[in-house]
Amino acid sequence: MQRIPEVNSLRGTELRLHALFLQGMDGDAIAYRSFLQATATHLRFFLRRRLSRWPDEVEDLVQESLLAIHNQRLTYDTAVPLTAWMYAIARYKLIDWLRRHAQRDRLHDPLEEIDEGETALFSSADEAAGEARRDLAKLLATLPDKQRNAIIHTKLEGMSVREAADLLQMTDTAVKVTVHRGLKALANILRDAK
Amino acid sequence: MKTDDLIAMLSSGPDVRVSAPAPRALALPLLGGLAVSVGLMLVSLGVPRDLPQTAELPAFWLKVMFAVALAGAGWSAMKRLATPGADLSMLAVYLGVPVLVLWAIAGAMLWQANPAETRALFLGSTWRVCPFLIAFLSLPIFVATIRIVRGLAPTRLRLAGAASGFAAGAIAALVYCLHCPEMSPVFVGFWYLLGMSIPTAIGALLGPRVLAW
Repeated sequence: MQRIPEVNSLRGTELRLHALFLQGMDGDAIAYRSFLQATATHLRFFLRRRLSRWPDEVEDLVQESLLAIHNQRLTYDTAVPLTAWMYAIARYKLIDWLRRHAQRDRLHDPLEEIDEGETALFSSADEAAGEARRDLAKLLATLPDKQRNAIIHTKLEGMSVREAADLLQMTDTAVKVTVHRGLKALANILRDAK
Repeated sequence: MKTDDLIAMLSSGPDVRVSAPAPRALALPLLGGLAVSVGLMLVSLGVPRDLPQTAELPAFWLKVMFAVALAGAGWSAMKRLATPGADLSMLAVYLGVPVLVLWAIAGAMLWQANPAETRALFLGSTWRVCPFLIAFLSLPIFVATIRIVRGLAPTRLRLAGAASGFAAGAIAALVYCLHCPEMSPVFVGFWYLLGMSIPTAIGALLGPRVLAW
């Protein structure tokens, strides 16, 4: 009997996120923002439980997962629950990170690893929640000029596609394609930057 | 960087609104690979003159149906493995049923055949080349299936690679049916599957490297 409220709340989360997600696909920026914020909270909880040994990595992986979810939105298949889809993406990013981390650790001095473990105990990850160690702005700077400018103008400075297209001397479609490619490239940089 | 800043960046600008890609985004590379594969088959192997006559035999259609069923199962496996969180529970059934049905028919034939014939039923006259020709014809389709999966979001890379290879192998087997002179289900149930397993194994090996995102 006790499980019923839990099932209802999971179902409620699924329905709410799904509605916001679809509104976002239709171009509703406010709904999409709420979707990403709620997703970030879920993912943070999910990743924190699985990364208890590396609390400092949680927010990096939250951000990497959010970017992946954004870039892969069109591959979402409505036959799959949205929450299952997004946790599968976060789990993929987590496993990818753990695998790379294990590979790196093999090259490290074992003593260094112990030190890392001890400092992790005193880490202030909870205070710093919401702030990743990698600076995305700096990573953005490593993108090719065309992609970086298209992203900065349209997504950070709030220019319309038309204005950005005039400034960058591209067509409207080219601006959109460049932004999309830039974010995909950024996801790769983010993955390699750890 | 704060996650809120990232969210603000992602939820503004021209890429908030997205519309679903046309189905041709998936179909075009596949049709391209298929066309190249058929071209390779026609140029390097050719279609036997008696194809219209053999096409009247039930054994020919059994072979074709086997390849079609596995191509469908492989395509479905590939798409599911490229969709995060998709249900994989039915895949073993889709892949297993065509194989088991063909094996049952092959088993019945072997049971009834007199011992002198079994060798011919199993080896035919082309067993040495059949698996390699199917693997060869699968290459252009394999390039297409890997491309398609790379554009999606596979989370189990080794399996997704294997499914891309298997789908390509099964479609190539369908192309090869037009050339292949063998009609024995015993032959098809072993050598065709062996041919499909070559791109499957290559896909499983390459998957983690070429499909990571």
